[in-house]
Amino acid sequence: MSQEEVLIETKNLDKIYGTGEDSVLALKDINLEIRRGEFVCVLGPSGCGKSTLLKTIAGYIEATNGQCLMQGEEIEGPDWHRGVVFQSSTLYPWMSVKDNVEFGPRMRNLPEDEIKEIQEYFLEEVNLSGFGDKATFELSGGMKQRVALARVLANNPQVILMDEPFGALDALTRNDMQKLIHNIWKENNSTIFFITHDVDEALSLATRVVVMSKRPGRIIREFNVDFTDTLFDENTKFDDSSQRVEYEDEYFKVKNEILDIINNQV
Amino acid sequence: MDLENEDKVENNNSEAGTEKSKTEKVLTLSTWVVILGAWYIVTKLELFSPTLLPPPTEVVTAFFKLLKDGYNGIALWVHLGASFRRLFIALGLAIITAIPIGLLSGYVSKVKAIVDSVVEFYRPLPPLAYYTLLILWFGIDDKSKIILLFLAAFAPIYIACISAVRKINQDYILSAKSLGASQKKIFFKIVLPACLPEIFTGIRTAFGVAYTTLVSSEMIAATSGIGWMVLDASNFLKSEVIFIGIFIMGISGVLIDAGLRFIERKIVFWKGKV
Ligand SMILES: Nc1ncnc2c1ncn2[C@@H]1O[C@H](COP(=O)(O)OP(=O)(O)OP(=O)(O)O)[C@@H](O)[C@H]1O
Ligand SMILES: [Mg+2]
Repeated sequence: MSQEEVLIETKNLDKIYGTGEDSVLALKDINLEIRRGEFVCVLGPSGCGKSTLLKTIAGYIEATNGQCLMQGEEIEGPDWHRGVVFQSSTLYPWMSVKDNVEFGPRMRNLPEDEIKEIQEYFLEEVNLSGFGDKATFELSGGMKQRVALARVLANNPQVILMDEPFGALDALTRNDMQKLIHNIWKENNSTIFFITHDVDEALSLATRVVVMSKRPGRIIREFNVDFTDTLFDENTKFDDSSQRVEYEDEYFKVKNEILDIINNQV
Repeated sequence: MDLENEDKVENNNSEAGTEKSKTEKVLTLSTWVVILGAWYIVTKLELFSPTLLPPPTEVVTAFFKLLKDGYNGIALWVHLGASFRRLFIALGLAIITAIPIGLLSGYVSKVKAIVDSVVEFYRPLPPLAYYTLLILWFGIDDKSKIILLFLAAFAPIYIACISAVRKINQDYILSAKSLGASQKKIFFKIVLPACLPEIFTGIRTAFGVAYTTLVSSEMIAATSGIGWMVLDASNFLKSEVIFIGIFIMGISGVLIDAGLRFIERKIVFWKGKV
C-alpha cells in the first residue's frame, strides 16, 4: 500500500477555534497521510476534533497552523475532488432522488446523456434503481444515506470524506450499509476517510485505523489492519478451525488494544 | 458551522395546524350560525335602529340590488376590479423586487448594509403616515396607491427573505460546494429553493398588510374601489352597503389567502416534510 500516491497530507496541523479566553484548541499537531486506495477510519472520544479534521480536509475551515495538502497542493476551499457525506443527509428536498444524484455532474456541466448515465449507474450501485423519481422525504434513513453516497460517487471524487455517516441508523441497516460501502470501495478503487465512534465499524471497514486522543485531538496511534476483505467476502473459507481462531484472536487483540488506548486517557 | 443540523423540526407545526378535524369544522360552522342567528334575532326584536344595524334579509336584498344596479351607477365588479387591480399590481411588484433584494441582502452583507436601514426605518411607520406625501408627489389616482401598497408589501417579504437566508441549513451549502457548484449556482439552485417556504409566509403576511392598507387608502382618497364604496355609504347612512362591503372584504381576503396557500402547497411541496 505504501507505494501508492499520497492524496491527502496534513503537516503539523493545529486548529484553534475562537480567540483569547474562549479559544478552543481542537486539533494539535496532526500529521496524517491518506494514500490512494486506502480506507482510513478515525476513532476518538466525542469532542476530540474528528469532525474538525474532516472539515479542514474538506476545505470548510482553515487550519490555524500547519498545512493541509491535496496531491501536494494547499487545500483552499471545498472542491468536487473531495466528496463529503454528512451524518444526517443533506439531500435537497426540492429535488427528486434523481436530480440529487445528478447535481454534481450537472454543476460540472457534463453532457446531459452522460449525466443520466452516471445517475443510473450509481443509483444501481447503491441498490436504488427505480427510486429516481421519488421525493427524498419519502425515503428511509438508510436509503437517504445511500442516495447521499450515490450523489458523491457521481462526481468520481479522488477522496470520499464521511463523518459518522451511519451514526443515525439502526444496527441492521448499519450492517447493510457497511457491506455496501465496502463493496463500493472495492469496486471503484475509492479512497475513503471515515469517522466513526464504533471500534467494530472501524475494524471491519478500514485498512488503517487512526486513534485520536481526547481534546486537544492528537493522533495517538495508527493501526494497519486487514479484516475487511475476510469479513465481507462471502467466499472466505478458513482452511481449518485453527486458522479461524487465529484470525479472531488477532481481531480481538487489536480491538482490545484500541479500547485500552481510548479508555486509559479518559 | 456544526455538521449536525438542528433545523429539522422547523416547519412541522404550520402544516399540521391547517388540517382541521371534523369536530373543529362543526365548531367553526356553529360559531357562524350563532353569529348570524344573533344578528337576525337582535334585528327581529328591533333592539337597534335599522339604520345602525340592518336585518340580514335587507342586506341580502341590497346585495342583489347592488349586483344589478351597481353603486352610484357604477357596477360592483368595477369597484372590486379597481381595488384588486391596485392590490395585485402592488403585490406583484413587491414580490419580484423584494425576493431578489432580500435574498441578496441575506447573502451579501454589502447589499444588506445599503437596503436594510431604509426598510427598517419605514417599516414600523403606519403606511398612511407617508401616504399623504405620496399623494402630493404622485397624485390622487392609482399611482400613489400602488406605490403605497408596494411599500407596505415589500417589507414583510424582504424581511422573510433575510431571515430565511440566515436560517438556511449550512450543510446544504457546504455539500453543494463539495459537489462543485459555483456561488451563482448555489444561489439559484440551493439558497433560493431553501428559502421558498419562508418567502411564502412573507408573501402571505405582505398580502394581509397590503389589503388593510388598500382599504384605508381608498377610504382616505379615492373615487372608486371597495373601501371608497364603504366610506361613501357611511356618509349617506346606507348601513346595508357598509355590511356588504365588509362581507366582501372579509370573504375575498379569506379566498385570496386560501389561493396563496394552494399555490404554496404546489410550489413548496416539501414544506413540513423535511
Ligand atoms: N465552530 C466552532 N467554534 C468553536 N468551537 C468549536 C467549533 N466546532 C467545534 N468546536 C469545538 O472543537 C472541539 C472538537 O469538535 P469536533 O466537532 O471536531 O469533535 P468530534 O470529535 O467530531 O466530536 P463528535 O464525536 O461528538 O462528533 C469540541 O470541543 C467543540 O466544542
Ligand atoms: Mg463530529
